[in-house]
Amino acid sequence: MVFSDEEGGRMEEIVLSPGDTAWILVSAALVLLMLPGLALFYGGMTRAKSTLNMMMMVMGALALVGVLWVLYGYSLTFGEGGAFIGSATQYLGLEGLMADDPAATFPAMSFVAFQAMFAAITVALIAGAVADRVKFNAWLVFAGLWATLVYFPVAHWVWAAGGWIFEGLGPLNGTPAIDFAGGTAVHINAGVAGLALALVVGKRLGWPKTPMKPHNLTLVMIGAGLLWFGWFGFNAGSALAANNTAAVVFVNTFVATCAAALAWLVTEKIRDGHATSLGAASGIVAGLVAITPSCSAVSPIGAILIGIAAGVLCALAVGLKYKLKYDDSLDVVGVHLVGGLVGTLLIGLLATEAAPAGVNGLFYGGGLTQFWSQLIAAVAVLVFSFVVTLVIALILHKTMGMRIDEDDEVAGIDLTTHAEQAYELQESGSGGKFAGVGQAAAKKEEVSV
Amino acid sequence: MKLVTAVIKPFKLDDVKSALETFGIHGLTVSEASGYGRQRGHTEVYRGAEYTVDLVPKVRIEVVVEDDDADSVVDVIVKSAQTGRIGDGKVWVSPVDSVVRVRTGERGPDAL
Repeated sequence: MVFSDEEGGRMEEIVLSPGDTAWILVSAALVLLMLPGLALFYGGMTRAKSTLNMMMMVMGALALVGVLWVLYGYSLTFGEGGAFIGSATQYLGLEGLMADDPAATFPAMSFVAFQAMFAAITVALIAGAVADRVKFNAWLVFAGLWATLVYFPVAHWVWAAGGWIFEGLGPLNGTPAIDFAGGTAVHINAGVAGLALALVVGKRLGWPKTPMKPHNLTLVMIGAGLLWFGWFGFNAGSALAANNTAAVVFVNTFVATCAAALAWLVTEKIRDGHATSLGAASGIVAGLVAITPSCSAVSPIGAILIGIAAGVLCALAVGLKYKLKYDDSLDVVGVHLVGGLVGTLLIGLLATEAAPAGVNGLFYGGGLTQFWSQLIAAVAVLVFSFVVTLVIALILHKTMGMRIDEDDEVAGIDLTTHAEQAYELQESGSGGKFAGVGQAAAKKEEVSV
Repeated sequence: MKLVTAVIKPFKLDDVKSALETFGIHGLTVSEASGYGRQRGHTEVYRGAEYTVDLVPKVRIEVVVEDDDADSVVDVIVKSAQTGRIGDGKVWVSPVDSVVRVRTGERGPDAL
């Protein structure tokens, strides 16, 4: 747009796009809504005695990572650095990003806000692997360390100028891996971290003999719906513009998710004899995960195929934990790791030049070049995240301890850690009286003496 | 006096209640119960993991009656709660030493 001022006809060009800026800011808010959505999705799947703790792990991760992102996370991720990490100092405290940049189509701060939500939800996703049993303070320490040592570097690899996956450096031989909105950086990353953390923390008491059924599937379905809604910001917002790419990505995100929900339902109907609401909700999330990296690279038909693959494979994968004996409580591995791998790898087969990313995969005559890049990026993120997460978790487990006491776990972590209950089902059942304000801590000491 | 306790299918509660009213019983206690006899529970499936639930939801009715009425009340309950299918429930009778109406302090059959 060109404006002239009234006095002398001095011309000034303004390149800022109000449409792009508005879309990015709205998308950031949409992605934020995914966190309470995740809290409901996960919270409904836990037992009634640990619902609040699960929601607190999600919202606690959001609060902590949000502050870290502003302090140094954005700088480490998107500051100018090398192939593996950004700058530790360039944007410390978002220094220098408040000034209006006349050359930018959208303000830097809108991108800061949008990416902050990605960091937060990636960390929060891990919580589902260790429901019911982790000390809240240990979880927050883990969340801060994991964001710093795993997420910020990996997001730099995948999305920042100079990052090795973004630029196609090293083993990628000049072909950057495509990860539009976070198949590697978010879902493979969080999924495999959930596996590592669940292995270190150990199984819930009584698992898998004791029934640990989801306590409220209506919450799970509302959560899945909110995740789906917010995910349009996650994927279509990643176009960083209100343009054709955003619209194509939007439709691909929508239809892949529908296909995945159907595919999960068909799979479990054949295997278990029932189409379940938890299956529908899980299929929705599996489809969203798989289309996240691929939404810019495939046609709507390709998106349907990716959705079907994710629905079937994730539905089968969630049974692995019973065979391999790891208590990934809410199936972070089966849904996010497997779904992330499906979406990331299928780009190599189903990508079409006609889509915004403009690359042909194997089925469109593009050969296997893109597939190898996808595979290398996926494996690199998987191995790096697994190893570093294992080290962080082991150190915390040996020092501050990550598990709550067995008695506390049996009584329920909501009550023993947070001194709250999600549900007061009997109005007069528990007796008791009001004991004053701010005296709980003092009283606790008295009792323990 | 006798305590008649019946464990029945929840959806038969209204039938039993009105049959008892027709018979002349003007007060009873109802609580939700769960248990199993010959009828067993069901299977639930969550993400492919099967859980068997042994206990079946039931309703327990308790009513205290005079000795002479006990057999008739049992008959009324059995007749109105019966579907003929497995899981219809049980009714049993036990002796009661004394009953007091809290409001007035009346004792024995007067308190019923």
